Amino acid sequence: MERFELEIPTTVTEAVDLLPASWDEDGGREAMPIAGGQDLLTVLKEELYAPERLVHLKGISDFGGIRESGKGLVLGALLKVASVAADPRIRLHWRALAEAAESVASPQIRNQATLGGNLCQRPRCWYFRSSDAPCLKKGGYECYAYGGKNKYNAIFGGGPSYIVHPSDIAPALQLFRASVKTQSGGGSRELAISELYTLPADSDVTRETVLGPDELIESVSLPAPEPGFKTTYVKAQERGSFDFALSAVALGVRAQGGKITECRMVLGSVAPVPWQPERAEQEAIGMKDEPESWAKIAAVAMEGAEPLSENGYKVPLTKGLIEKAFKRLREEDV
Amino acid sequence: MRYRGMRSDPSPERGEAVPDDKLEVSRRGFLQGAGGAAAGALLIQPDAAAAPKARKSGEQSVTLMVNGESRDVSLEARTTLLDALRIRLEDPLTGTKLVCDRGTCGACTVLLDGDPVCSCLVLAVDAVGHEVTTVEGLAPEGEMNAVQRAMCKHDGMMCGFCTPGITVTLTAFMEAQPAATREEVQAALSGNYCRCGTYPHVFDAALEAGRELQEGK
Repeated sequence: MERFELEIPTTVTEAVDLLPASWDEDGGREAMPIAGGQDLLTVLKEELYAPERLVHLKGISDFGGIRESGKGLVLGALLKVASVAADPRIRLHWRALAEAAESVASPQIRNQATLGGNLCQRPRCWYFRSSDAPCLKKGGYECYAYGGKNKYNAIFGGGPSYIVHPSDIAPALQLFRASVKTQSGGGSRELAISELYTLPADSDVTRETVLGPDELIESVSLPAPEPGFKTTYVKAQERGSFDFALSAVALGVRAQGGKITECRMVLGSVAPVPWQPERAEQEAIGMKDEPESWAKIAAVAMEGAEPLSENGYKVPLTKGLIEKAFKRLREEDV
Repeated sequence: MRYRGMRSDPSPERGEAVPDDKLEVSRRGFLQGAGGAAAGALLIQPDAAAAPKARKSGEQSVTLMVNGESRDVSLEARTTLLDALRIRLEDPLTGTKLVCDRGTCGACTVLLDGDPVCSCLVLAVDAVGHEVTTVEGLAPEGEMNAVQRAMCKHDGMMCGFCTPGITVTLTAFMEAQPAATREEVQAALSGNYCRCGTYPHVFDAALEAGRELQEGK
């Protein structure tokens, strides 16, 4: 890890002033924000980036805590992932979010990692994570995963980069139509989770979010719980625990009289952004809430998948996860 | 931002093909990149092209609260809590182990205000004002706590390198949830790697420590 200066501002204004106002040719990363550091410190140790300065967000009191807002919740970006997983309100009313947070990494990392940091973590692609591979994501000229070892890469939305977004929490938040409030030199704005992330083809391929170089997530707003809308998060991992998802599904279903009346679905680790198969959500409406329908809905969700040479397994895996999530919502008291 | 071995002069639009006359390949750069590159253009310059500016060392003196004692230590902003404990302290505490240095193995687990964290992924300055407990501080000098006793009794170790991290994680968990089931113990230990595979003995030890803690021995 290269040397850096550490600034610990106590207000948002100070923090924003310490960060670059524009993406310069250095990628705007002569200064970078740090909170829990659970991803950033690994990135710095691999020397993928070597910022001159880190701006610590821990002193900004506006970024912490949980408060109720109407029937919804406002979660401070500095909230620990462990606190998201443990909050009794979240466990009761936003179950998929609690399950997703509980599935993140290990207890040690959940105790230190923050909500905002989880949303802004960098991709896991091994070419990106290797300082020896000057890949597209790091400002190089080629996505090595495309023709290389791509077992963990995207089956949807890829090109020119084929990373998947690794967050467990982002798909769950998108399921609940949550939004983030950000602060920057240009002021404050509110972004839906679906607007926060960007496909590599749609913007600068070296970034995963639309956030500017001096833009910080202040909080996440969870809208009021929707009565009768049951949710769950199902994640496939190579190991039984402490692993990033091979594929994940945040599913929400409302059923009446044995028929699905509403369905929302956000897939994780299959695309560079949380992936919402809208056609599958629409097709589900009116179907019987039973295994035959679940298989059909899952098949629709996987339409348009474009596997690379080594990740074709993600198609049947994700299909199976979707069916498993439906089954869990139907059979378990969630 | 600098990326090692990467050209720093004006580049074509990202994602575009690189003209042949702009390809500059050094032998070292080629060997570095070849492992990761499947095919196509390699564009790597010697490290000198991106030589970093001299950076201030920025040593500063801080006070850490470790195992109930106030310890003054001189460190840099980039010093991890792990390095502060093992290297920087005047009377170092080497019970906490350095293995992966990336938060994946748990050998460096310490308690920060009672919660297990990977000390390799915590900046030492972030621990200022917080209570740090290492394996040395789990019990008074010359004594062992319930988890440590049970680990000895059930032979919960082989090479022993992961043992301090496991013992620290388990102490926090079993004291909070002494009635935990075997499955809950497994989940609590998911961040601690034992390459010798002593898990069954470790789980037995955890459950026994839990029983002892419940009985208030």
